[in-house]
Amino acid sequence: MVATRRMVLFGGLGAAGALVVGYALWPNGRIARLDKLDAKPGEKFVANWIKIGQDDTVTIVVPHCDMGTGIYTALSQMAAEELDADWSKVRAEAAPADTDFANGAMIEGFALNGMQVPAMLKGLAANTFRFVAAEITIPGAGYAPQITGGSAAVRFTGVNAMRVAGAATREMLVKAAAARWDVPASECTTAHNKVLHTASGRSLGYGALAGDAASYSPSSNPPLKPKSQYTLVGKSIPRVDIPQKVNGTTDYGLDTKLPGMMYAAVRISPVFGGKLKAVSIGDVANRRGVHKIVKLDDAIIVVADRFWRARDGAATLHPVFDNASNGTVTSADITATRVRALNGDGLKSDLKTGSGEDALSQGKLVEATYHVPYLAHAAMEPVNATALYRADGTLEVWAGSQDGLSARNYCAEVAGLSLDKVTFHLRPLGGAFGRRLPGHYNFLEYAVKTAMAVPGTPVKLIFTREDDVQHDYYRPNVMSRFRAALDTKGMPVAWVNDYAGDEGANPEAHIVYGIPNQAIRAMQVKTHVPTGPWRSVEASWHGFFIESFVDELAHAAKADPVAYRLALLKDAPRHRAVLKTAAARAGWGQPLAPGKARGVAIFESFQTIVAHVVEITVSPDGTVKVDRVVSAVDCGNAVNPDGLKAQIEGGIIYGLSAALYGTITIDKGAVVQANFPDYEVIRIADCPQIDITIVESDAPLGGAGEPGVPPIAPAVVNAIFAATGRRIRELPVRLSNLSSSKKAASL
Amino acid sequence: MTIRLKVNGVEHELDVEPDAPLLWVIRDDIGLTGTKFGCGIAQCGACTVHVNGEAQRSCVTPVSSVEGMEITTIEGLGANGLTPVQQAWIEHQVPQCGYCQSGMIMAVSALLKANPHPTDDDLANAITNICRCGTYPRIRAAVRDLAKA
Repeated sequence: MVATRRMVLFGGLGAAGALVVGYALWPNGRIARLDKLDAKPGEKFVANWIKIGQDDTVTIVVPHCDMGTGIYTALSQMAAEELDADWSKVRAEAAPADTDFANGAMIEGFALNGMQVPAMLKGLAANTFRFVAAEITIPGAGYAPQITGGSAAVRFTGVNAMRVAGAATREMLVKAAAARWDVPASECTTAHNKVLHTASGRSLGYGALAGDAASYSPSSNPPLKPKSQYTLVGKSIPRVDIPQKVNGTTDYGLDTKLPGMMYAAVRISPVFGGKLKAVSIGDVANRRGVHKIVKLDDAIIVVADRFWRARDGAATLHPVFDNASNGTVTSADITATRVRALNGDGLKSDLKTGSGEDALSQGKLVEATYHVPYLAHAAMEPVNATALYRADGTLEVWAGSQDGLSARNYCAEVAGLSLDKVTFHLRPLGGAFGRRLPGHYNFLEYAVKTAMAVPGTPVKLIFTREDDVQHDYYRPNVMSRFRAALDTKGMPVAWVNDYAGDEGANPEAHIVYGIPNQAIRAMQVKTHVPTGPWRSVEASWHGFFIESFVDELAHAAKADPVAYRLALLKDAPRHRAVLKTAAARAGWGQPLAPGKARGVAIFESFQTIVAHVVEITVSPDGTVKVDRVVSAVDCGNAVNPDGLKAQIEGGIIYGLSAALYGTITIDKGAVVQANFPDYEVIRIADCPQIDITIVESDAPLGGAGEPGVPPIAPAVVNAIFAATGRRIRELPVRLSNLSSSKKAASL
Repeated sequence: MTIRLKVNGVEHELDVEPDAPLLWVIRDDIGLTGTKFGCGIAQCGACTVHVNGEAQRSCVTPVSSVEGMEITTIEGLGANGLTPVQQAWIEHQVPQCGYCQSGMIMAVSALLKANPHPTDDDLANAITNICRCGTYPRIRAAVRDLAKA
């Protein structure tokens, strides 16, 4: 059963004289149920709004956060393209965190594109459309109506909502002009924010027509422009958010200012799940500026008139937590659970093709086991939120979130208030990378609970960097074992992959390579460590595993790693084109200076294919320097090519930080790392030269924010193997001793 | 205790502890929030300001140590229009989330003042600020352009 949506015109002509065009879910459960009975596949539901001001300004209201990926620009390009808007008059703003702005286009994209629902929507996967129908009336766990994630803003919101809303708005403006001139609409054209009637030489600006246009209903299937007519989409238009980001005026959550505002610092149980048993407050309550000390189940919070006073006060407290059985857990224990899972009988079959595992007897066996650690997100803006609970029982919250409406809903649940009593002001995010998705809102919980302890006083609660690193929702810790059988020509006839980690089976483990017999099994092994989506999610680990092992097969076959992959990609022409492009541009096969080597990897994620060829230098002391990354990317078509390149660059560098340095280890049940010295990341000195080529394929649009990540770690370890003959199967690279001394080699 | 700070040419008399971190005094007492908090231990550079023209990480700077000195924040840097560094940042479309860029721009501006023609190596040695979005290649390209000027 597929639910459908009725297109509705919201708001009409607002008080400011603005035309407000929007498609949204009908905010009425009865209508939704009727729609559900009358569903047709492929019908569009969108929640986009386009406002046209009397001054001709076109405002694109974006149901996503700005976390730096350039989507306010790309989505505006897509809407403005169909609207024939004058780009100089186009503005973008964040949609309010309100049910009328719930973004059904995202859910439609996840559901209709035949994709597996990504991790952040898991729990909803059982009936995505039911979730959509419920999103207005039944808030609950997993409620993600304005999600920014899954590299999906452009490919889902842009494709399903922005283009359609732009085209529908254009039609309505044309109808309004035709009626005013008493000419057929078919004689009217549009350009640069104007409707034109060429025969009579008349024209009217969109602003002048907005009022009349608002009286029509938007079409659900307006004709869309062919690509050949695009003037905005496909152009590297400068980003609309950048001018405010070079002069310090972008107003992040951390920058919220309210009269009488206090600041809060937290001491959370270092062991996840620990409960506050007792606390020695000492003189903290009497210190200058300290306003209140708030005890929660798992944390103690100091509220003061300045953040540093709250922070120093919190650091001085001596809380004691009850850690139940988790207070002794170490990383070695967690690794052991993965090893036991792979050697036990709890693995569940996820995929079997041909004769599966039985085919391992048909050739030479190659075997390898890989392991990736927990990782923190470590966005530059430590998570924070400002909350004001008023005596009248209303709550107002200012914060960055990857889903404003779900954040509002969550705050209401924490406060025990109905949604209408809660306002959420979505602020731009100083990075997120999955950290601020629905379900990962500990910072909101602490802020709301603190605000409720000091009614009438706004409180800005800020995690220190140490809090941010030690109370994250970590990229899962996964171990993956491969066995393959190679025929006499070295080509794999069997591919067997067993893996165990904090999640169960993931479709990202399914390979694109043409191998006749496959068996994939998985087992979920939970620990007390909270986990969550981390830039590229499941692809971040399976990309490393698969592309490392394929490289091992190529070497076992004494084949060139690029040629070997191409041979296995006979039925994947887009992958072939991407791989060939990257290899050619990188000079694959051409000699390099001593100590240097190349490595390659290719992975598709979020409907985008990315290949990286890296060039590295390994010093005699074992230091690895990544000199250059040459990439090719096929996301169908680039809406904003420079923006796409920026995202691939970012993915490479984010993935490189993890590949070379990143690990979160657990000791005595708590995270060992605390700040950038022990959670090291790439800086300019380590940053390779990056060269990206966009391969246009006209395939359905793929994502941009995440697909650059998965192939970088395997490309690096493959290059290290080429340089040293040492195969790194456990990340990060820095934990492997690559020194060329004899002692190191024997390790 | 009264601390006198001169920030972007404006004198402030503040009743704060001598060891109060300059970052938080700039942000929360003076109200200039363009300077960011990233790590609190001078590792990431998001809090970089200029003290007498030199880049300094304000999160570990006690206010008493900069009394009477000329402190410049991102708000003061471009007070008379965008500087060449800021213009280059737009030209090269450097920022993504933008959170680290105030500190990055302050650090690079100080570098260029001391060394108007930095090489890539000079840049790598001088600028240890962290950007998690991965804008480094564009920073490098922007600084190459500025170094030619």
